[in-house]
Amino acid sequence: MTRMSDTETSEAELMTSATSRAEANTGPTPSGTPGARPKPAPPAGTPVRVTGAQSLVRSLEAVGVEIVFGIPGGTILPAYDPLLDSTKVRHILVRHEQGAGHAATGYAQATGKVGVCMATSGPGATNLVTPLADANMDSVPVVAITGQQSRALIGTDAFQEADICGITMPITKHNFLVTDPIDIPRTIAEAFHLASTGRPGPVLVDIPKDVLQEMTSFSWPTEMRLPGYRPTLRPHGKQVREAARLIAGSRRPVLYVGGGVIKAQASKQLLELAELTNIPVVTTLMARGAFPDSHPQHLGMPGMHGTVAAVAAMQASDLLITLGARFDDRVTGQLSSFAPEAKIVHADIDPAEISKNRKADVPIVGDCAEIISELIAAVRSETDPSNKPDLADWWTLCRSWRDGYPAGYEWPEDGSLSPQYVIQRIGELVGPDAIYTAGVGQHQMWAAQFVKYENPRTWINSGGLGTMGFAVPAAMGAKFGMPEKQVWAIDGDGCFQMTNQELATCAIEGAPIKVAVINNGNLGMVRQWQNLFYSERYSQTDLGTHKHRIPDFTLLAEALGCAGLRCESADDVDATIARAMEINDRPVVIDFVVGKDAQVWPMVAAGTGNDEIMSVRGIRPLFDDDEVSQEAIETVEATQQAAAAEGEGR
Amino acid sequence: MSVHTLSVLVENKPGVLARVSGLFSRRGFNIESLAVGPTENPEVSRMTIVVAVEELPLEQVTKQLNKLVNVIKIVELEKSTAVQRELLLVKVRADNTVRSQVLETVQLFRAKVVDVSPEAVTIEATGTADKIGALLRMLEPYGIRELVQSGMVAVGRGARSITATSPR
Repeated sequence: MTRMSDTETSEAELMTSATSRAEANTGPTPSGTPGARPKPAPPAGTPVRVTGAQSLVRSLEAVGVEIVFGIPGGTILPAYDPLLDSTKVRHILVRHEQGAGHAATGYAQATGKVGVCMATSGPGATNLVTPLADANMDSVPVVAITGQQSRALIGTDAFQEADICGITMPITKHNFLVTDPIDIPRTIAEAFHLASTGRPGPVLVDIPKDVLQEMTSFSWPTEMRLPGYRPTLRPHGKQVREAARLIAGSRRPVLYVGGGVIKAQASKQLLELAELTNIPVVTTLMARGAFPDSHPQHLGMPGMHGTVAAVAAMQASDLLITLGARFDDRVTGQLSSFAPEAKIVHADIDPAEISKNRKADVPIVGDCAEIISELIAAVRSETDPSNKPDLADWWTLCRSWRDGYPAGYEWPEDGSLSPQYVIQRIGELVGPDAIYTAGVGQHQMWAAQFVKYENPRTWINSGGLGTMGFAVPAAMGAKFGMPEKQVWAIDGDGCFQMTNQELATCAIEGAPIKVAVINNGNLGMVRQWQNLFYSERYSQTDLGTHKHRIPDFTLLAEALGCAGLRCESADDVDATIARAMEINDRPVVIDFVVGKDAQVWPMVAAGTGNDEIMSVRGIRPLFDDDEVSQEAIETVEATQQAAAAEGEGR
Repeated sequence: MSVHTLSVLVENKPGVLARVSGLFSRRGFNIESLAVGPTENPEVSRMTIVVAVEELPLEQVTKQLNKLVNVIKIVELEKSTAVQRELLLVKVRADNTVRSQVLETVQLFRAKVVDVSPEAVTIEATGTADKIGALLRMLEPYGIRELVQSGMVAVGRGARSITATSPR
């Protein structure tokens, strides 16, 4: 049995806000009892008579919600009435429910708190499906609250009825349909507990309209009933010692760091472990910022578009110390040839991740911060100080990869602006204290490669689901969560056209984010695959943004209440970024018109092994066979025909 | 491939069966049979799930099941240490000429006749999958008109029991 702590919010505080609409003597209210006088707050835990909707708002206040992104509609209307009076919960009226969901994710990723979104039944709820699936793949603590048709109408195909619990069952950590208003406080407590503990994830709470309208009693704190939910936080001491023993005996170890380290707020511990052991570190797409890019032990990002050094080190490693990562296919490439000689230490809070893709030699289930702390202690006692593992040869090798194949790019031959240059300059001029979000595609990979991250929670992207259109709403959410920070959305022109309507929300609600549209006029990543694997047959990837300048992003920006800037040459890049940084009274959109032929390198083509990583087209530095170039490309192409059928282009 | 019997204690709440069956289908695990019903504790239901998987995917099955918030406990029941039963109701064509032979088969298998009419008898049988299969093979020549079968239920032998330690 678990109890929700009420330390953060006292009952007295609660009484001053939402549900005290009747107590506030500010004249008649739409549905409250006019003329009611303030009453003294009852002691904590004493039930109070309220409507289901008031109970909901009180519960949100009690769990510490500060901000909700949402759109009202028929069935959720009762909840919006007491929300109007809440002094604690700010509601941000977005333009599309998908924006609300991604904003909740951006908020959660930037702050570490639970992001909250709200929508009405039917289409409102189904518009949350993509962000919920996104949050589920990236383990983001999000709570979605949806209205539902009244209990008597459920199952009758009533207006705006959708079985959102059924729909979101596979893409949420858990979901609830509340059928009795008395259950509202407990359900909200449980939803936030589930979302934020263990492996975080999205939780949906579906509440029928008549449940919101009915009179009920509210009391807090509330008792949670989750008999089947007991996440393991403390690691097994024996496993940790075994991991330390492997570390002591390893000659080619790699710290393979995933997003779990950021979720567990374990960056400090990671730095200590890395420096204690002198082991090279790689950070996955979800872990960029978990370990400083400037640190000499950092080899960069592994995976399909990772650095040659990170990929090569993992391939040659004899021990992968995996911390909060999940051997995703974009990291491992062809699984059978991934890190063939490596023993695997796999630490994760989710036992189901361990040995799911790659068999672990030493499984450790627990919270990454605790695991790393205990690992530090175990390494200290396991290692003979006079006989520290000698990693000199290993470092020589790792350095040769890093120095031999640094992140780089070539300027387009047609004289157009290089997208990589733009992104690199944004990173350099804006600096590592800002928060960067990205959509999905080439610009996302370049933002992961060319912006240098020094701190956790400064890089927010859609890793697992690969949701185009993520950047703008996520940046909005991040900005509301961290208003004092500069928030830059690095977006593509394809992505930007999916969710830019939220700039209106940003302009009106006061979230002066910067959006750098890396406008190559095309669905760039798909185009890159067509260039490499489909004989340069560019089917449906030209958006016409260049040819026709439709839409004109600067005019679109102005129309949405933002400043619109355009930059088309390398000479103007710095000045344009500087200009954008000066504007703080409204969001800024910069249309960086870049060449369409730039490609993301290095690349491990899907379906091939990581040994076949190409630092640039046709050059495979790790592959034994020297006859690379065209022949290699053709082999990859053949493999790709099959893989492409799976529709992995995005 | 090997067959495993999982006894799964779940919260007795709406939608739990959908969560479990949905998990199996989306993760590509095959359910051979599934039986669900109440337990000694009204807040807890028990599912008996028979799956055919390799050793490593079985670990995945149980881990993924454990991730479902409504799943309280999972125990694998080994064939040698558990009693496993299925229920069969079968309607067999049996007129005067063959009825006595059919009844003889029924007795042989310690099954029961639960309904009889001039053209058919309905037989109830419980037992392991092997026994049910053998009975059906014997009845087949007479003509099976209709057949309905439950999923397997199983309970461990001995005094130890599987219960939800903290059902609430």
